[in-house]
Amino acid sequence: MTLDLSLLPDGGASWLDASGDHADIVLSTRIRLARNVDGYAFTGRARDGERLRVLAQLRDAVPHVPALAHSVLLRVDEMPQTDRLLLHERHLVSKELAGLDAQHPVRSGAAVFLADDVGVMVNEEDHLRLQALRSGFAPAEAYAAVERLDRELGSRVPFAFHPEFGFLTACPTNTGTGMRASVLIHLPGLVLTKEIAKVLAGLQQMGLTYRGLYGEGSEVVGNFFQISNQTTLGRSEDELLDHLMRVVKHVIEREEEARRVLLRDAGYIIEDKLWRAYGTLRYARSLTFDEAMNYLSGVRLAVGLKLISGLSVYTLNKLLIFSQSAHLAYDEGRTLTDGEASVARARYVRQALATEGGSQG
Amino acid sequence: MLCDNCKERDAVVHLTQIVESAVTQLHLCEKCAAERGVETTVAPTKHPLGDFLQAVQNQLVVAQGDATRCTFCSMTYRDFKSTGRLGCAHCYGAFERSLRELLRRVHGNSRHAGRRYDAPRPETLEKSSTLGELRDRLRRAIEAEQFELAADLRDRIRVLE
Repeated sequence: MTLDLSLLPDGGASWLDASGDHADIVLSTRIRLARNVDGYAFTGRARDGERLRVLAQLRDAVPHVPALAHSVLLRVDEMPQTDRLLLHERHLVSKELAGLDAQHPVRSGAAVFLADDVGVMVNEEDHLRLQALRSGFAPAEAYAAVERLDRELGSRVPFAFHPEFGFLTACPTNTGTGMRASVLIHLPGLVLTKEIAKVLAGLQQMGLTYRGLYGEGSEVVGNFFQISNQTTLGRSEDELLDHLMRVVKHVIEREEEARRVLLRDAGYIIEDKLWRAYGTLRYARSLTFDEAMNYLSGVRLAVGLKLISGLSVYTLNKLLIFSQSAHLAYDEGRTLTDGEASVARARYVRQALATEGGSQG
Repeated sequence: MLCDNCKERDAVVHLTQIVESAVTQLHLCEKCAAERGVETTVAPTKHPLGDFLQAVQNQLVVAQGDATRCTFCSMTYRDFKSTGRLGCAHCYGAFERSLRELLRRVHGNSRHAGRRYDAPRPETLEKSSTLGELRDRLRRAIEAEQFELAADLRDRIRVLE
C-alpha cells in the first residue's frame, strides 16, 4: 500500500457528509464534463508519448488554475492495482482510468488531479474529464463548481471545439456539452412496491438513463441507482440540468409516496424486515459485499422512516464506502482473500454500529 | 422501388456511379448488389455502439465511404464503426456528413446549443508542445503514405526549430 489517503483533500470523501438536500435518499450529485486537448489524437488512439505530453501540458497549466490551487496529482499509471481499486471504490476515478478491466489495463499517463470539491481525470476515454462531486441533491452547486473549473482550465489549455458540434469527444454520445450530470439515489420503496420498473421505463422516455452504483456497466446493488442525462447535444447545460432536476424531484416524490404506502399497508412486515437487516449487520461475523449492501439498504430505509434513531446518514454513507474490499485491505495493511474480506467487513460494520449508534425509535 | 436489375425484389442499395463525368444511378436489391460486388454489410462488431452505427449506416444512402480517412490521425470510417470511438478532433471534419446524421439520431439534434468556447491564442501555448504535435502528425502522415501532407508538416517543423 503506497497511497496515503490523508494527503487527499478531506480524504477525498467530503461528499459522504450527508450535508446536501434529501441526503437520506440522494447520496451524491456528480457532474462531469468531457474535454479533449486540441492537437493530440484522443486517448485511445494516442501513443504513450502523446498521453504523457497531455499530462505534462496539464501540469504546466494547473498552477494558473485557481480551482485546482490546492489539488493533489496522483499518477494512477504508477500505482499498484490495490491503490487504483481504492480510488475507484471512493468514486474518485472511473473504472476505465483505474484500468481495472482485464482487457483494458491502465494507460501510461493516466492520472487524476484532486481538489476539495472538483477533480480532473487525465487520459480517460477523453483527455480530460472534469468533475464535481457533492453530497446530497445539489446539481446547481456541482455545476457551478465544474463550470468554473472548465472556464479556468479552458483559458490555459486549448480544448477541441467545433462551432456546430460543440465540444468534441471520443464517443459521439458525449459530443456537444460533454456533460453528464448524475445523481446517486436510493430507491428501496419503489423496489419493494414493485413500482421501480415503471419509473425506470419513464426515465428512458424522458431522455434520462440509469446505471448501478459505480456508473457505466455496473450492476444495481442495494437499491442504489445512478440517474443521468442520456443526451448531450442540442440543449444547453442549463436546460439539461433543469430537466434532470425536475425528473429527479419527481422520482424523490414517488419514492416518498411508496414509503408511506409501505408503512400504511405493510407496517409490521416492513418493520420486521428492516430490524432483521439491522440485527444481521449488528451481529454477523461474515458478510459478503452484496449482503452488506442489501442490509445497509434496509437500515438506510429504516433511518429514513424514523424506525431507527441515533444512527446518522453520514455513518451509513461511510459504511457503504469503507466496507468495500480495497478499503478493508487498506485498513488491514495487506491483501485479503474473499473469505477474509467478509470477516473484516462484518467486524468493521459491527464496530461502526456499536460506536455510532442505532437504537429503537 | 424495385431493383433495376432483377425487377423482383425491393431496391435497398442506391448506388451513384461516376464514370468519365457521366453520373448514373442504380437501385439494387441486396442480392443483385452483392453479385455486382457492392459491399452492403460490414463485419459484425461486439461494441453496442458499433451495432447502432451499422444500423444507421445500413439506412443511409452511402453518405461516407468506409475507406474515408482522417488526415490527422489516419483513422478510417471503418475503424470508427468497429470501435465506436473517434480517433481525434479532426475526425469530426473528415466524417462530417455521416457524423451529423449519427449525432442527430443519437441526440435528436446535431447542433450544439450549450456554452460557446474560444480556445486561448496559440502564442500563449508552449512552443515545445506544438512541435511535438507536428512531429506526431508527421509520423502518422508517413505511416499513412500521405507524402504531400508530410512534406508540408516537415516545412512547418523546420520553421519552428
